[in-house]
Amino acid sequence: MTRHWKPLALLAALGLGLWWAPVKIVLLWTDALVFLLVGVLVAFVLYVRGKPHLRAPWGQVIRRPLAAASLVVLSAYVVVGLLDSVHFRERLAPQAGTAVDQDFYAVEVLSLLDLLTTPLRTRLEKSYSAPLAAHLYSKETVTLEDGSTTRLYPRLQYGGAHLDDPASERSADIAQRSLSALLLGLLAWATLVALWIAWLARRHRHGFRDELQAILRGQADLPWRSIFATLGVLILFIAFALKLGLAYHLLGTDKVGNDVLYLSLKSIRTGLVIGTLTTLIMLPFAVLLGIMAGYFRGWVDDVIQYIYTTLSSIPGVLLIAAAILSVQVYIANNPELFETVVERADLRLLFLCMILGITSWTGLCRLLRGETLKLREMEYIQAAQAFGVGHFKIISRHILPNVMHIVLISVVLDFSALVLAEAVLSYVGVGVDPSMVSWGNMINSARLEMAREPVVWWSLIAAFCFMFLLVLAANLFSDAVRDAFDPRTGRG
Amino acid sequence: MTEPLLQVDSLRTTFGSGDRLVRAVDGVSFDIAPGETFALLGESGCGKSMTALSAMRLVPEPAGRISHGAIRLHGEDLLALPEVAMRDVRGRRIAMIFQEPMTSLNPVLTVGEQIGESLERHLGLRGGQRRRRVLALLDSVGIPDPARRFGEYPHQLSGGMKQRVMIAIALAGEPELLIADEPTTALDVTIQAQVLDLMRQLQKDMGMSILLITHDLGVVAEMADRVAVMYAGQIVEQASRESFFADPKHPYSRKLFESLPNMGKRGQRLAVIRGSVPSLATVFRGCRFVDRCDYAWEACREQAPVWTPLAAGQGVRCHLHDPARQPAPVAMAVAAAKTAVGDTPPPGDGEELLRVDGLKVHFPIHKGLLRRVANVVRAVDDVSFDIPAARTLALVGESGCGKTTAGKGILQLIPPTAGMVRFAGRELTALPARELRRQRGELQIIFQDPFSSMNPRMMITDIIEEGMVTQGIGDAAARAARVDRLLNQVGLSPELKHRYPHEFSGGQRQRICIARALAVEPRLIVCDEPTSALDVSVQAQILNLLKDLQDQLGLAFLFITHDLSVVEYLAHEVAVMYLGRIVEQGSVEEVLNNPLHPYTQALLAAVPSIEKSAEGVERKVLKVEGEMPSPVNPPSGCHFHPRCPLAMDVCRRDYPPQATVEGTHVTRCFLYKTQSEGPQSGA
Repeated sequence: MTRHWKPLALLAALGLGLWWAPVKIVLLWTDALVFLLVGVLVAFVLYVRGKPHLRAPWGQVIRRPLAAASLVVLSAYVVVGLLDSVHFRERLAPQAGTAVDQDFYAVEVLSLLDLLTTPLRTRLEKSYSAPLAAHLYSKETVTLEDGSTTRLYPRLQYGGAHLDDPASERSADIAQRSLSALLLGLLAWATLVALWIAWLARRHRHGFRDELQAILRGQADLPWRSIFATLGVLILFIAFALKLGLAYHLLGTDKVGNDVLYLSLKSIRTGLVIGTLTTLIMLPFAVLLGIMAGYFRGWVDDVIQYIYTTLSSIPGVLLIAAAILSVQVYIANNPELFETVVERADLRLLFLCMILGITSWTGLCRLLRGETLKLREMEYIQAAQAFGVGHFKIISRHILPNVMHIVLISVVLDFSALVLAEAVLSYVGVGVDPSMVSWGNMINSARLEMAREPVVWWSLIAAFCFMFLLVLAANLFSDAVRDAFDPRTGRG
Repeated sequence: MTEPLLQVDSLRTTFGSGDRLVRAVDGVSFDIAPGETFALLGESGCGKSMTALSAMRLVPEPAGRISHGAIRLHGEDLLALPEVAMRDVRGRRIAMIFQEPMTSLNPVLTVGEQIGESLERHLGLRGGQRRRRVLALLDSVGIPDPARRFGEYPHQLSGGMKQRVMIAIALAGEPELLIADEPTTALDVTIQAQVLDLMRQLQKDMGMSILLITHDLGVVAEMADRVAVMYAGQIVEQASRESFFADPKHPYSRKLFESLPNMGKRGQRLAVIRGSVPSLATVFRGCRFVDRCDYAWEACREQAPVWTPLAAGQGVRCHLHDPARQPAPVAMAVAAAKTAVGDTPPPGDGEELLRVDGLKVHFPIHKGLLRRVANVVRAVDDVSFDIPAARTLALVGESGCGKTTAGKGILQLIPPTAGMVRFAGRELTALPARELRRQRGELQIIFQDPFSSMNPRMMITDIIEEGMVTQGIGDAAARAARVDRLLNQVGLSPELKHRYPHEFSGGQRQRICIARALAVEPRLIVCDEPTSALDVSVQAQILNLLKDLQDQLGLAFLFITHDLSVVEYLAHEVAVMYLGRIVEQGSVEEVLNNPLHPYTQALLAAVPSIEKSAEGVERKVLKVEGEMPSPVNPPSGCHFHPRCPLAMDVCRRDYPPQATVEGTHVTRCFLYKTQSEGPQSGA
């Protein structure tokens, strides 16, 4: 354990910090599960490190330039998602007339991400505004100082508020800010990369120059070139968001004036939670039942097959709609169970994950059953039986490790399908709670505006881009994983 | 010498690049004359198949490429031809048949279509003409009722039939050269004999040349006119069949002969070739065989031997025969390792250990919605034998005869349907699960395929330890020590124990499997074809090891095999199985020297043998036609009667009773009666 004291200490410090801060930690159900998942992942990584037959294919995955770049993108998403999974309620300043020893907390549940993006969160406009605009998107009737009314595009309250005359100054201001963002981004990137290479050089006991050359020629142990390039793009994006996003609305605002960039960032957690928790929920079913069906055969197999054929012949959307609507009714009937709106939305999200999990385990289960049927005839299983090894031991020692690659591949592949499923379900109206920010909800609310002229395109495009990037990265990564674990590539 | 049909000239085929450049074929040259059978002999991974693929220009590109050399067919360089022209050569002038008939045919096309495709492509035959030619071809490869088979799909044919169809496809273009890549390796001996006969017959009729690729010296002895021995990508010896079998020159060829097990070597250790075939990715400086050669001296390490032509048509790549290096070094007088095994009987010899009585293993076939039992596969049907301690019983038969099922039935890995299995005085079939689990340590099994018999996710030490943990033998330290001792015992270094199975070669894996079985101190080991997936030289190592273990530990073996030469070498008693029943049983001398049952006789006759061919003796005439029927629906009466050349009326009606001919020699055939008076009628 001594090796891992650093992250543990960090976690402890974080916990203590939050404990002493004037906040009340709100542990949502999904938060708890997300952190459980992170724990499982960390445990898995530690386990893999000790097993050469697992480390080799993962090494192969990470050595692919495309997969490494995807991993960087995915990590960025995960960081945002994790930041957004630490929820708390701020303590309100004591007001006159209340007991001193009693603390009051705000109704609003915030996350670390909210804290970091406070300017984005709080700068509410009145309604739609285009990206980088200084005016609202539609004309309004305004009463002038002299009492007369006129219809014009009112100035935004925050976007471009620093400009005196947007019409003449805006372009120059944007150009200037873009340039400085570019410079800042490049500088930050160069510094980071230089530090990183220096660290690598020290670790490998080379000179800085040798290390740099090795990386440039692509001879280093990892595809650092593509990792750094991806990192550069990310840093540039952050720089732009800092320089432009604080003065304007980088991706515009939605109907009620929320910054679309903020919404897009908030949606990441929803997407990730759906993609991962669903898998977490379905995995035990799929693995346990699939292996049991294949291993024991006979009536166990019959029962399990019966269950999953029945389940998979009911339309998934129907089941999901039914389950979500009944949860909704339950929530509406028991308002006293939830302190905040966020908790209510969270419960619905959790149920969505569950019901998605319940409808999606059959595919993996079927795969695992087939593979186990094949494996149980393998001679090493028979050798174990000849030793008198028990069923449970055979399953856990001989079968499970040998079907892990299938589990892994299907988990990674399912992830992107689930992220997309959320968007579709929210669009249909049986997805996450309308109060919860998600790509599906963003698309759903942008749908109506697609018909108006001039068209409000940015919500849709923003949601699309963020989702596309995540799914693309996940797909590229899963391709690499599948290739690395494919037995036909010749590794035993 | 007539102008050669095919000339291969210093061919080099490589895979990969840079450090991982694999020279699969490294400077191979040979000629094939018209009408001749030329055999390429070698162990797995020596580059013989790749030579054939190169000749067809079928090297999988871009991974591999022919980097050097020439391949001339009637003087025309095939490597210079454009791909379009090459397509006319393939199938038309050079045809190929592959090892695995099961995967070489397209399962969704009928047999007729697949043969017709080639006819249409190369001869432009269509319609009725094409159909007539297909039927003629099917007839010529000995497929009965061609008109019916024409419209059948590959899954409706047996393995032997499929290989015949493959040959028919190859012959459709009337090629000048037929490349046969291990054409009979996947087939049973009796079927192999049929296919080899067919190929000889066709060659005589059509006058084509055959390039025969094989690892089996027996097949070479039966088929080849000339032989080339390949080792690590090079031809190390080339000779006519007669001179090769009379006097092999290269040390590797000699070792191959010495490591073949047979009756004459009983009680001796087999010669083994040390180590294993080197990786073809190595850059060789000296001779490629140097690390495994008994005759090697310094020159062999430093300088690669050149091709030395000897007598007419014979040549060898070895410093021993290089006139520039004569006289040969003194060190070459290495006595063949013929240390006779001591006559002292191993511990516990002769005690009764296992008695199998009336063992039946039936598999029900379920049909319909309610899964009624529609039929029964009688995989093992009334088998009885016993094995005393420290003895070896060989269970011999072709694939599908139920020998493996019998072995697993004895171990209770498959629950027997009926019968008794008494092991050391306890009835295994009646033991409750818990008791049986405790008993399992005494009976162990070694499998055929060393690649699938170990969990690829476990380290060697865990694999060997598993049985000990389950049987509760010793504590952790004792077990670790025992793992080391076991690895030493099977000839592996204990330092290897933290590796994973994929890091070992086939022979090493088989040793690990033996160590795993030994870990729980068994008294009987069921060896299920433990050497049939291994090369000859490695097989010898494993057989020696098994024999040593029997002598030291008094183990009894139930040796399941189809290879009669291994039986001759290792077994004390033999039981021949046919379609779930034992048809002949007795001591190894009784059965193999005086086979009684027509099936045993056919089995022995079908084995391609070096001695018989070397002496020029014609093969024994008793040949069986057809293939083993399905155990779902065995023939009435004697199961063998449809294939038996000596079948009588009574054979079709009744199953023959057991007849004890002499001593322990028992057979089930109407030709024999219990009184030792021999055959009733003229056989």
